[in-house]
Parts: sequence; structure tokens; C-alpha cells
Amino acid sequence: MTYAERAFDALGDPTRRLIFTRLRNGARSVGEIAEGMDVTRPAVSQHLKVLKDARLVVDTAEGTRRLYSVDPRGIEELRRWLDRFWDKALAAFKEAAEKEASKERNK
Amino acid sequence: MIEQAIETKSVRKTVSVQASPDVAWRVFTEKMGTWWPLATHKIGEARAVDAVIEPRAGGRWYERGEDGSTCDWGRVLAWEPPSRLVLAWEISADWKHDPSINTEVEVRFIAEGEGATRVELEHRNLDAYGARRDQMIAIFESDGGWSGLLAAFRAACLQK
Repeated sequence: MTYAERAFDALGDPTRRLIFTRLRNGARSVGEIAEGMDVTRPAVSQHLKVLKDARLVVDTAEGTRRLYSVDPRGIEELRRWLDRFWDKALAAFKEAAEKEASKERNK
Repeated sequence: MIEQAIETKSVRKTVSVQASPDVAWRVFTEKMGTWWPLATHKIGEARAVDAVIEPRAGGRWYERGEDGSTCDWGRVLAWEPPSRLVLAWEISADWKHDPSINTEVEVRFIAEGEGATRVELEHRNLDAYGARRDQMIAIFESDGGWSGLLAAFRAACLQK
């Protein structure tokens, strides 16, 4: 299975999608993720493992706790693309604004 | 609970322009269609001929096609001429309109001496893409999708 297929597969499960969504606002422990969910902690841990294998989620040790968060690599792709997009768009904007400014100066 | 920010969730750009804030603001907003890469960065079926920002908070931000059709890109969140503009960018990674994508573009126009302006742009909340399955796939398939788009974009720029 490719990387993309594994990510697709991992998010095909509604519980895993919910878990993934819960990590959007920051890192959470297993207990915090499981809170208010109709799923046991061991089940949440199992889902997290699948998400981690699909490189959608990363975990870090915080003292004795383990915190899970969205793997920024997926977002990084998009960020890089937007970074290049705005470089080009703003360069074109600069040119247009300076043309307009010189047009007004010569009025 | 620890609110750990993802460091990669915004893009920041600064450009210095030899134009007053008034002119820079007007070109950015009223004349967006003159500089936006409409050939490649648009949503509709029709060839896009203009990019329009309605001049008020709550206004629409959309493209106009040559057949008169319009396609929303997002909304105006803050309209403070000639110094600050915030747009809701509701375009998904596969370049379709999706109001549930609430990323924001903030643009500040700062006077920099006589007839010059520093334009600071921040495209933020990019993690709004992270939790969405369709967009995730588009991002992961970026070798095909994004670089193809970029190649077309580069070609369009070179033709200018």
C-alpha cells in the first residue's frame, strides 16, 4: 500500500476520523481524546496506532504522559505550495501596483 | 490540556511596493483581476476574466467567468481601507469552493516613507485542511497534483 492509500484507509473509519478531528486544536493524551466518546481507552490507543502508522498522527512523551498530535508533514506540503503561490502572486501584485502608481504620478 | 500549536500552520510574506498605501490597497482589492494568476488559479468551468472583492465586511470574494458566471472563493472578514484586509479563503486543496475550510488571509498595508508601502500577508489556520479527508488525499498526492499545477503556473508567468 502506498502512503496515500494508507492515509485514506486510516481515515475511512468514522471513529478514527473523530479522533483525528479532536487533535486539530492541539496535542491530547489518550484520556483526553477518549473523554465523552463512546469508545474505551484501549480502543482509542489502537486507533491512534493505526493513525500513527499512516503518518497522520505523531506522539511525544510529556513527563509520564504520551501526547498525540496531527503530524505536520501533511500540512507542510500544502504550506510549501501556498508559500510558492503567494510569492508569485505578490510579485505580480507589486508590478501592478507600481505600474498604477507611476500612471497616477504622470497624470 | 496543552494547546500545542503546529508551527507550519501559516504562511507569511512581505513585499515592498513603490506605491502609496492608497494605491496598493486599490490594486490589491479593486484590481485583483489584473494580477491574480486567473489562468491557473480559478474554480469555475468558464475562463475566468476577473477576481472580485466586494468592498465591505461580509462581502463576497469570487471569480467571474467570461460567460458571466461567478464562483465563490470566500468572504471579506475585515475591510479597513487602506490598511487592513482579512479574507476567508474557502478553497480546498483541490481548488474547489468549500465553506467549511476556514483558512484566513490577512493583508496589512503599512506606509513606508514617501510613496512606498510594505505589504504583509499571512495565510493562516492551514491546519483546517488537516482534518479533512478529501484534502488530505489531495495533499498526499501532491507529486501529481501540486507540481502539475505549479508547472502550468510557471508557464503562465513566463508568457507574460
